[in-house]
Amino acid sequence: MTTTTLTPTSVGLDRARSGGSVFGALADIWSMTRRNLVHIAREPMQLSDVTIQPVLFTVLFVYIFGGAIALPGGGSYVDYLLAGILALNLVTSVMGTAVGLSTDLHEGMIDRFRTLPMWRSAVLVGRSMADLLTSLLCALIVGLTGLAVGWRPGANDISVIGGFALVILFAYALTWIAACVGLNAKSPESAASFGFIVLFPLAFVSNAMVPTQHMPGWLQAVAEWNPVSAVCAGTRVLWGNPNPAGALHAWPMQHPIEASLIWSVALIALAAPLAAHFFRRRTTE
Amino acid sequence: MADELMIQAEGLTKRYGDTQALAGVDFSVPAGTILGLLGPNGAGKTTAVRVLTTLALPDSGRGSVAGIDVVQHPGEVRRHIGVAAQDATLDPLLTGRQNLVLVGELSDMGRAPSRARAAELLTQFELTDAADRVLKGYSGGMRRRLDLAAALMTRPPVLFLDEPTTGLDPTSRQRVWEAIRELLGEGVTVLLTTQYLEEADALAHRIVVVDHGKVIANGTPTELKEASRSARLEVSLAAPDSEGRAAGAMAPLVAGRVHVSEDGRRLSAGVDAVPGLATAVVRALDAAGVLVDNIEVRQPSLDDVFFSLTGGHIEGEDEDEDGSDDGATAAAAAGGSEGGDGDNGDRHELEGVRA
Repeated sequence: MTTTTLTPTSVGLDRARSGGSVFGALADIWSMTRRNLVHIAREPMQLSDVTIQPVLFTVLFVYIFGGAIALPGGGSYVDYLLAGILALNLVTSVMGTAVGLSTDLHEGMIDRFRTLPMWRSAVLVGRSMADLLTSLLCALIVGLTGLAVGWRPGANDISVIGGFALVILFAYALTWIAACVGLNAKSPESAASFGFIVLFPLAFVSNAMVPTQHMPGWLQAVAEWNPVSAVCAGTRVLWGNPNPAGALHAWPMQHPIEASLIWSVALIALAAPLAAHFFRRRTTE
Repeated sequence: MADELMIQAEGLTKRYGDTQALAGVDFSVPAGTILGLLGPNGAGKTTAVRVLTTLALPDSGRGSVAGIDVVQHPGEVRRHIGVAAQDATLDPLLTGRQNLVLVGELSDMGRAPSRARAAELLTQFELTDAADRVLKGYSGGMRRRLDLAAALMTRPPVLFLDEPTTGLDPTSRQRVWEAIRELLGEGVTVLLTTQYLEEADALAHRIVVVDHGKVIANGTPTELKEASRSARLEVSLAAPDSEGRAAGAMAPLVAGRVHVSEDGRRLSAGVDAVPGLATAVVRALDAAGVLVDNIEVRQPSLDDVFFSLTGGHIEGEDEDEDGSDDGATAAAAAGGSEGGDGDNGDRHELEGVRA
């Protein structure tokens, strides 16, 4: 008679590594990142956010507003616009983070992850990594479309890349805010409304599309201190493109690159631990 | 090895808001056996599974899997378990294969071994054709089989299957049952929750009946049936016009009245399922000169047992019927009302399954 034992020989654990290592955590993050990239590729809405929308926005704004907007201090509108278009696209696309996390929590998928011996926060980090990678794709598409419609940076390559990096870092910081929203949303739909209530005003009440000089006084003050304005102005400086905001006295407009970096680092420092906290709270019962 | 306990629950309690989902639950599962956790919606089955699979923390009591405490060392417990939960917990946007590989990778199996194991399981569960299709297009039965496959990715020694066949058509249910039976040959220990009595009867070595967060019965399927002692005796007579004598001879041996069919050829009566009953009946009928074609003592179905166990309100103080983990489902069955209505909803569902 054979006896069954609980050793790995009969029922074995097909597990190569022991958990808890840094390597294991990185592997978990990479698995979760790939999973989320597949999601974005399969969801037409999310994919169009980073592919079709940037092309559409660039072309529409250049040809519709391009002729009507005169820049204070002169310069080409398309050269001015492109930093704003990039910021607009990246800022609004972080909505995907909120919706994606909220969907994970509501579809029971999170329970599966919680019964696996994985590094649990890989759910969060993997999500933000996937969003970072799609940001890069989005930035590439905006840049190429911009070149096609006449955008020309007036700075060296390193400085131009620095301009892209400044926006992408800010968008990455915002994904952690979006994560906090998604983790607290009652449903994926209410997470999506975050985009319209917060992200669109954030993107538009700024110098992204038009110089703030024409806005009413109080709105101008809001726009000058809006981090998106600092990011756009900083990028314009790095790209060597027209930056009318340089004539404004508000501190972030005088030091847009420093202001952008401070905003981004502060948002990450605040929102990432907060997201981890919300995540633990949502997954403990 | 045989008496090594792979799953243990000792005095588990868990409260969700106003609902006492678990009110002190004890059970254990010896290595290599299947325990059926049986009870209506809201009985506390899912909560018990959630505690033992490290998804929920008990308010009090102790749970262990493979000898490891689920509260003290949840990470270690997760290395020993496979879970197929009640709700679909797979990624609808990934293909079947991608889902399995993801589970393998997140369990530290590594990419190549995960792919190999996934291919093996897809074949075993007859999902090869659908393997590279996105899960959205899967039928309910296919999803359940994939769920089961996901639970088996790491060849875990302990499996938790929470209502693995709820909502499946009979054919799909049969296929899931076959898959579960095959696992036993591999020495796996299984905790299976179900509200289907025939499922517990067909698969489980032992059955624990829970209701209102408490264990109300515990035993093998046969023991539980005997416990209710409501077997049925059926006798077919060889010749007409002997039913009067036959009924007279049977009367002292049965509980209650002897029922005679219209044509006078078949007699039936409720009996206590005591050993040697059939022999005693045959002797009595023979002594009365009655010729018998057929005699049968039918064991009660588990349905009968279940209803006799949960039928009356054992816990007088428990007024909340919908209580717990399955709250949403139970509330839906109750049509928004509370108390006894929810109970009836569950009963109908159970009867529907039996029919």
